Amino acid sequence: MLLRTAWRRAAAAVPVSPGPNSTAPTRGLRLRVVDHATQSDVPSATATAPQAESELRPLYMDVQATTPLDPRVLDAMIPYLVNYYGNPHSRTHAYGWESEAAMEHARQQVASLIGADPREIIFTSGATESNNIAIKELESAIQPDTSLVSVMTVNNEIGVKQPIAEIGRICSSRKVYFHTDAAQAVGKIPLDVNDMKVDLMSISGHKIYGPKGVGAIYIRRRPRVRVEALQSGGGQERGMRSGTVPTPLVVGLGAACEVAQQEMEYDHKRISKLAERLTQKIMKSLPDVVMNGDPEHHYPGCINLSFAYVEGESLLMALKDVALSSGSACTSASLEPSYVLRAIGTDEDLAHSSIRFGIGRFTTEEEVDYTVEKCIHHVKRLREMSPLWEMVQDGIDLKSIKWTQH
Amino acid sequence: MAAAGAGRLRRAASALLLRSPRLPARELSAPARLYHKKVVDHYENPRNVGSLDKTSKNVGTGLVGAPACGDVMKLQIQVDEKGKIVDARFKTFGCGSAIASSSLATEWVKGKTVEEALTIKNTDIAKELCLPPVKLHCSMLAEDAIKAALADYKLKQEPTGEAEKGEGK
Repeated sequence: MLLRTAWRRAAAAVPVSPGPNSTAPTRGLRLRVVDHATQSDVPSATATAPQAESELRPLYMDVQATTPLDPRVLDAMIPYLVNYYGNPHSRTHAYGWESEAAMEHARQQVASLIGADPREIIFTSGATESNNIAIKELESAIQPDTSLVSVMTVNNEIGVKQPIAEIGRICSSRKVYFHTDAAQAVGKIPLDVNDMKVDLMSISGHKIYGPKGVGAIYIRRRPRVRVEALQSGGGQERGMRSGTVPTPLVVGLGAACEVAQQEMEYDHKRISKLAERLTQKIMKSLPDVVMNGDPEHHYPGCINLSFAYVEGESLLMALKDVALSSGSACTSASLEPSYVLRAIGTDEDLAHSSIRFGIGRFTTEEEVDYTVEKCIHHVKRLREMSPLWEMVQDGIDLKSIKWTQH
Repeated sequence: MAAAGAGRLRRAASALLLRSPRLPARELSAPARLYHKKVVDHYENPRNVGSLDKTSKNVGTGLVGAPACGDVMKLQIQVDEKGKIVDARFKTFGCGSAIASSSLATEWVKGKTVEEALTIKNTDIAKELCLPPVKLHCSMLAEDAIKAALADYKLKQEPTGEAEKGEGK
């Protein structure tokens, strides 16, 4: 017993130390050395020297889809991947105790980011699982009609922030449960589950520079919110989510949350500046560009622009050395334009012309300038190839034409 | 003790990372899965982009698709007195595959007679550009554009037909 608490104290004493940008990687259209030497377990004298090969990779401007791992997060995780590999639920030896200590420390880090109690955080495999657990709660409905309201905190396609505090107030006064999917918001804008009267919240690891395959769900204890477990088994995580908690992944999630808490204000200021730079430059050089989403209640790092008379996918193909997205990755397999844009009333042809620019913690000014320059150049080029642009230049009103349906 | 251990761990970990197999180097282009290099080529080295005089009697104009569908193609052909297509131009609002399909269509109709041009099939266009199944409709629209342009030209040749605005139906 004494030994376990000692382990816990030792784990808590090793905090994640985010040094002043010393470990921030260099970004941009950079060369990367690729080592094609054959893999061997033991370094041998006869092994050939690595054949360095230059590999150009595109700039990354798609942070809403996923984010790179923050090097500080990786540093926090590696010991638990290599050395401290115990099952956190093993109660009888040091390996288990140290893993459990790390897991609880991570739980505290996640909780403090959203103003919750650590006992209200359950680790899951990601925000999708968290959403499913929260929505399944509908099944054990208490109210006769509405039992749960579920709203996204920050939309992943257009970056619009929903008025969560107001919705929370309304739900709590009507005694209706309030769930929010905060995957794109956690660590980016200040959140407090008590101020906002949130009962359930979904958190995703890989949207905040943490590892993939891990997330968390916040479940309020006072007043108690009852949820039904999605997967049953050994009763881990208070019986709400059975399955061994993956220590390295949750350590990564915890570290990502702590870094986010410390850097939120700085990141927000920097990203706002870059976002302003991007939109101003583009709007100044190109006519007929529409920004989708409310400009006031908007998270700056997610910019969705519609370039009239140019189709989105052709622009993505043209901007081949920048990783971008057109609308939602979820609908990329279908030919439908984004349902989000349709819901906010965007004209269908503008919905087909939308591009989402994602600016994140590691985006540099050079990357933004490069992207803007290429974007302007290719939009002009594609407009020259566009019959719609030609008609508009000739003064024809596109809405008056009877188009063939196909 | 912990510090030295962490140092050794770090070195071991970085050695592991360096030695792990990487993906083969790819040229800096759009992913091969989505955009075939033939499709990209039609955008990077465009041929026959532009417009012909749509009021001319020898020019047939086909305009197919709809902005709401995300695909609009305008294809124009210029035909000489012997009925041979001597020039063709296109403009497209659509994805890379749509641009490539219409561009290829203008290349193929040049030098053909009006009857020969009618035999161009969307399956040939799709095969030439290696279009994936989800993009087959682009080649179909290109075939429609050719037929619309030919129909418009034929209409203009009618002795009693009035000069249409040139938009295909």
